[in-house]
Order: sequence, then C-alpha cells, then structure tokens
Amino acid sequence: MNLVLVAEQTLNGLQLGVMLFLLAAGLTLVFGIMNLVNLAHGALYMVGAYLAAYFYEATGSFALGVVLGLAGTLVVGIAVELVALRTLYERDHLDQVLATFGLILFFNELIAILWGRAAIYSTIPAYLSGHVQITDNLRYPLYRLVIIGVGLAVAVLLWFVVSRTRLGMLIRAGASNRAMVAALGVDIRLLYTIVFGFGAALAGLAGLLAGPIFSVQPGMGELILIQVFVVIVIGGIGSIRGAFAGALIVGMVDTLGRAFLKPVLSAVISPTAGDAAGPALASMLIYLLMAVVLAFRPEGLFPSRGS
Amino acid sequence: MTEPLLETRGLRKTFGALVATDGVDFDVRPGETHAVIGPNGAGKTTFIKQLSGELRPDTGRVRFAGEDVTPLSVPRRSRKGLARSFQITSIYRDFTALDNVALAVQAHAGHSFRFWNSAREDSSLRRPARQVLENVGLEKRANILAANLSHGEQRQLEIAMALATQPRLLLLDEPVAGMGKDESLRMIAFLASLKGDKTIVLVEHDMDAVFTLADRISVLVYGRIIATGTPVEIRANQEVRAAYLGEDL
Amino acid sequence: MITSRTWILAAILLLLAAVPPVAALLQQPFYLDLLRRVMIFAIAAISLNLILGYGGMVSFGHAAYLGIGAYAVGVLAHHGIDNGWLQWGLAIGASAVVAAAIGSISVRTSGIYFIMITLAFTQMLYYLGVSIEEYGGDDGMRLKIRSQFSGLIDLNDPTAFYYLVFGILVLFLYLTHRLVNSRFGMVLQAVRSNEARTRAIGFSPYPYRLATFIISGAMCGLAGALLANQTAFLTPEFMNWTRSGELMFMVILGGIASTAGPLLGAAALLLLEDALQGWSVLPKWVHEHWQLYLGVILVLVVLFARRGLAGLLPGRERND
Repeated sequence: MNLVLVAEQTLNGLQLGVMLFLLAAGLTLVFGIMNLVNLAHGALYMVGAYLAAYFYEATGSFALGVVLGLAGTLVVGIAVELVALRTLYERDHLDQVLATFGLILFFNELIAILWGRAAIYSTIPAYLSGHVQITDNLRYPLYRLVIIGVGLAVAVLLWFVVSRTRLGMLIRAGASNRAMVAALGVDIRLLYTIVFGFGAALAGLAGLLAGPIFSVQPGMGELILIQVFVVIVIGGIGSIRGAFAGALIVGMVDTLGRAFLKPVLSAVISPTAGDAAGPALASMLIYLLMAVVLAFRPEGLFPSRGS
Repeated sequence: MTEPLLETRGLRKTFGALVATDGVDFDVRPGETHAVIGPNGAGKTTFIKQLSGELRPDTGRVRFAGEDVTPLSVPRRSRKGLARSFQITSIYRDFTALDNVALAVQAHAGHSFRFWNSAREDSSLRRPARQVLENVGLEKRANILAANLSHGEQRQLEIAMALATQPRLLLLDEPVAGMGKDESLRMIAFLASLKGDKTIVLVEHDMDAVFTLADRISVLVYGRIIATGTPVEIRANQEVRAAYLGEDL
Repeated sequence: MITSRTWILAAILLLLAAVPPVAALLQQPFYLDLLRRVMIFAIAAISLNLILGYGGMVSFGHAAYLGIGAYAVGVLAHHGIDNGWLQWGLAIGASAVVAAAIGSISVRTSGIYFIMITLAFTQMLYYLGVSIEEYGGDDGMRLKIRSQFSGLIDLNDPTAFYYLVFGILVLFLYLTHRLVNSRFGMVLQAVRSNEARTRAIGFSPYPYRLATFIISGAMCGLAGALLANQTAFLTPEFMNWTRSGELMFMVILGGIASTAGPLLGAAALLLLEDALQGWSVLPKWVHEHWQLYLGVILVLVVLFARRGLAGLLPGRERND
C-alpha cells in the first residue's frame, strides 16, 4: 500500500462524491420544498446517460451530445412532472413512493425497448481522454478530473443561486414554509416545476458524466439511487450543504473502504479475515455509517431549518 | 399555603431571536381553576406546550405534584396525571366515540402488550369509557365514528378523553373554540361542574368562559405574566386593559 | 364479529382450498404452483400490512426478511442441515433479530427518513448476500433438498406443500385479526391515526412500533423459508428493493388495514404479472415488455384507485 494508491483512491472518492452530490442536490431540494419522495430520480440519471450517448453518436460532437442530452433530460423531467407528479404533491409519502416506483418500471422498460437490455457503449472524445501527470508518481485520468471539476463548479453555482439570487431565496423560503410562500403570491406551481426541472437537469448531468465510466444499461439509476438516499439521510433532508457534505463523505468512505478494507484487515487481523470479511464489510460500510449518524443525529448532519 | 399542584419557575423559551416565554413564574393550587389569557401572539400556546411536555424550556423548571417534570416526555407526564385537550380538535377520526374514550382509559389501565383478547370486548375498558361519555353527555353518540360527530360533539369528545385518563390536572386549550353560542354555554356549564373536583388550567379567548369559570386569571403578554389575580382584580387592572387595548373585558 | 366481509373471505379461502383437487381434475398442475406462490406472497403481504397498513410505517425494506428466511433455509441446507424445524426456526428467529436491529434505529424516525432508511438497510443486506461467494453470491444457490420434517410432511408432494402453505396462511390471517383487535393492536392503530393524541393520553409510540416491526419481520421470515422451498432456489434478488416495492403494491392493491386485503392484493398483482407475460389474449409486444404496462397500471392505480380492492367490498365502516 503506497501513497500513490491512496492518493488515487482519494481522487476516485472525490469523483464519486461529486456525482452523488449532483444527484443528491436535486433530490433533496425536491424532498425539502415539495415534500415529494421521488424514486424515479434515478430514471432521469439514466435518461441523461442514454440521451448524451445517443446524441454524441448521432452528431459526432461530444459537446453537442452533452447539451442535447441535458436539454432532453430537462424536457423529460418537466413532462413527467406535469403529467404524473403534480397530483402527487398533495398525497402522502406512501402514494408517492408507489407511483414513482411504477414510473421506474415504466422508464426502465421504455429504455429497454428503445436501446435494448444490454449495456451500450458510451465513449469520451479524444480531447478528454488520457491522463494528467499530477506528481512524479501520480497519473490520473483527465476525464475523472473533469468530472470533479464540473461537480465542484456546480456546487459553487448552486451555492450562489441559493444564497444570492431571488430564486434561491424563494427556494429557501419554500423549504421552510411552503404555505407562506404561496400566500405571498408566488406562483407555487411554477416554482415547483422550476425546482423539479433543476433537479432533473442535475440528474441528467450526473448521468451523462457517468456514462463513460459506469455501464449504461436499464436499471443503472436504481443502483446509484440507494447511495444517494444514504447521502441525503446523512446530510439532512432539504439541505444542499448537507447533500454536499454527505456526498463527499459517502463517496470517500465507499471508495476507500472498497479499496483498502480488505488489505487493512488482512494486515491487521489475518489474511483469511481480510478475504472473508473484507469485501462484504466494504459493501456495507456506508450503511453502517448511516446507522451511526442516525443514532447520534437523527435529522442528519446539516438539517435545513423547518424540515 | 398549600403546595401548588403545578408550578413553573423562571420558564424561558426562545426561537432564534424571538423570546416566546420570558421568565414565567406560574402556579396552580389544588382544586383551582386557573385561566391564562392574553392577546394573540402572547405566547400562550408555547407556554401550554411547555406545561404538557411538547416543548422543553431553554431554562426554568416545571413542577407537578411536588416533582420536577421538566425532563419528562408528554406520555410520561400524562401517566403522572397531567391531561391535555387540544385547541385544534385532535381525536381519532376513524374510530367511534366510544373507541376514542376507551383508548384513553386503556392508556392508564396497566400495560398494553396484550396481543390476544379483543380490546372492544374488554368490559374493564368499555364500562369506564361509557361512564365518561355519559358524564359529558355523549352517551347516545357512542357508536358514531368520531369524524361524523358535529364540531361541538368533537370538542366534548376531546374533554372526555382527557377526563378518561383520571387526571389530577386538566390542561384545556380553548375548549370552546369554534363552538356556537348554545354549545359554548353547555360546555361552560359542564366545565363548571368539574370545578373544585378537578384542578384546571384553562387557556381561553372566550371571556364569558373565563370569567364564569376562573378562580384566578393570569395575563400573558409578550411571553411574560403581567398580572395574576381574581377575575375582579384583573378586570380592574390598568396594565391588563392597556394590553387588550379596549377589548371588551 | 361476522360481517359480510367475513363471508367473502371465507368464500375465497374455500376456493383456495379446492384448488388441488380441481387442478388435478383439469390436469393443470400449473395452477397449483401459481396459487401456492400467490399464498406465500400473501403471507408476506399480511406481515407487511401489519406495519404498513395498521401501523402506518412505510417500510421499503420488507423484502429483506424474505431473503433472510430463504437464506436461513439455504445456508443450513448448504451445510448439511435439512431439518425443517431448525431451518424454519432460524428463518423466523434471524428475521426477528434483524428486524429488532434495523427497527431500533429506523422506528425512531418517520416519514421520508423512515422510507429511505429501511430501503438502505435492505440494500445493505442485498449487497451482503451478493458478496458472500460461498452461498452463491450474485448467482444464488439451489436448494437441493427441501426442508425435511421427519416424515410428518413431504414438501416434494405439491399438494401436501400446498395445504401446508394454505394452513399457515389461514393461521396468520387469524393471528393478525386477533392482534389488531387486541389492546396492543388498538395502540398501534391509534399511533397511526393520530400520534400526538396517542402521546397525550399516555402512550409512548416507540415500543409498540418496534414490537410490531419485529413481529412483522418474523412472519415475513417464515414466508421467505416457504419461498425458498417453493422455488428450490434462492438468490439475493429475493431482497431486492423492487421486491419490497412489489410487496407494498400487494398491500395497497388489496386495501390497507383490512384482513383480506393482502391476500387479494397478492393475488391481483401476481395474476396480473402472469397475465401480462403470458395471456394469449394479449399481443406479443405486451408480453415482451410487460413491465412497461405494469408500471403504467401501478401508477394509475395509485392515482385513481387508492382504496384498493377491499374498498370495493361491501360493508366497509371501520377496521376489520
């Protein structure tokens, strides 16, 4: 175990973290402001990945693929909101869970009809491939650095929007007192649609970034969605700051755990212990972390006031 | 002087920059009916919630029957004999009136980890429940779903549930809220029949109710009690009149 | 109290009891298998209905106990222990213990938190199952020998197995009925109906919720053991969250907080899935992509038919 490996895995953890953040930010906003449990958030992630890959191949331009992929996901997201989700705002969480669960089945199968069940090939253009020499010993894929960069940029952008703009003020107000915002004459339905669209775009962005690294197949959204839930529970519902902190923590713990738990156990206890318990424990690590956080702070690390 | 049944010392509660309860000393003598009045926004609800246990004060103590109950939760205070009725009717809408009261009886009738026998056929629960319903005048409506009772009957059910727990002290939060004139008078008459027997803390806006029922009145303004005294004393109190700014006392 | 709903439930049970002889007569053993599967899932749905329907706890992690029960049987069998009493005992016991562990943390929370936490813990168990290579990991493992009950009953006999499941179903229906109408059940329903009021009269909700959570988990563990014997195969997919979602749908489709509901719901969902996949009346493009149509149907049911099938039955005044 050397420093280079640790540094590499730390960067990987950071990369996973910002992707989780992109997904968590949208989801936690929707939870916090519209009080909507949206299991189909992962479906939007999937749509983003597929659309970006499709448009890249169709147009030959990665940039165009990104733009169209994002736009497409936004359109799909808003369509879903208008058609299916509007009625759910007033319903209880159980109804929301079940309805969005039905949407997951629908979308997964729709994608399978359009593109088949096997994973599709999603590439990155030449100018984004290759490695960056960070130090003498450490080379790191350029694309992953780009992801980290984009993620952090989005985080800053979100911070700016939420704390410095009128829209952000409405969002924060809506998160702590929905009725009041409506009473003040703000078109609450429009606000909801905007917020949801925002979240959908973020999910789509995460999806198209993830495409080249993870496999693009039906059901890919659900795999990462559970981790996003853990992020939100740890961070605190409705809180973007919480989503950021939670995402980085979960990203790091999961990546470093998977990379190092087995060797650490092997070295500290015994090789057989490492083999036996290592992988299993590593896959459970973030859930155990969630349990610990909940035991001490049931509302999460940075709960938004009024939640 | 007899030991107060309920008292608070230096009760203080803030929400951010807002001081909702500002160092309140309050006491209720056994058998007394003590009303708490005050203009809107005075902090009455916050105060009641600290008495019932729904809110913990930042500093200060609540003592009940000689015991410091400040750290105790709502269920535990209820088990000690502190019963509460809610300002916004809070009953079991999908149960019958009798079921509602029987549940209140059950809460104070031993443990409820009994998994086999039907609770609805348990006469040790049903009989006392029927009795309480009779006392408040709802015995004919025993088998009606609570959601289908009139608003006034639901308010009666609120009181019935509080009484069914055989409390030492009743915390009544605007018992005649939303009631018509006739219903209010009936409720006031009923509460008057409890006087002396039960100790009552009454939060109310309806001045008829307050001046008919109260032995003492405390006036809460901006989280502080500005006056405590008999109805006559309070009526004459200049500060109180000023606080209500010409409202009909 | 015998109501019209009791008669309807009795009629349904009678029909179920008649299936083996009728299936034999019509030489359609497929229906025996299908309805046995329906009953096993009905048992799981009944257990979920306790916490979801009566208790108001939206647990998205209930499939975990199907998995635990199944693996209890599978793991013991893998190590040469075929004794059904031990296997099923472990299925129930292990499920109860895990339910206690997960419940002690989750039950303190509510709303969105509770949903996500139960979901997360189930996924944790799923990944655990996937990562243990010895027991098949991702691929799962076969149950070569069904649970043995020292000659009392042979689970390889489809009819005998059918009637065993039927018997357990009836037993659980009865036990649930007694439970929800007992003192304990009253408190559980009160907590769901109005938590603030329940605290105000002197009940602490937590112990009742936790106890129900554990009982429910244990019941579902037994369903898991039955399922393992039914399919003679077990995989971590038993614990997949989509399975949890299916169970929830069974409860909702049937109508929450009713005795017969879960049975109706399980039947409805499984028969619907079966029909979408194979009913010759429907065109082939429905068969191939049946999940698409299922998804749409489920969304429509939630939006428009909230009270479920039991809501269609006469005599609904209050809880069964």
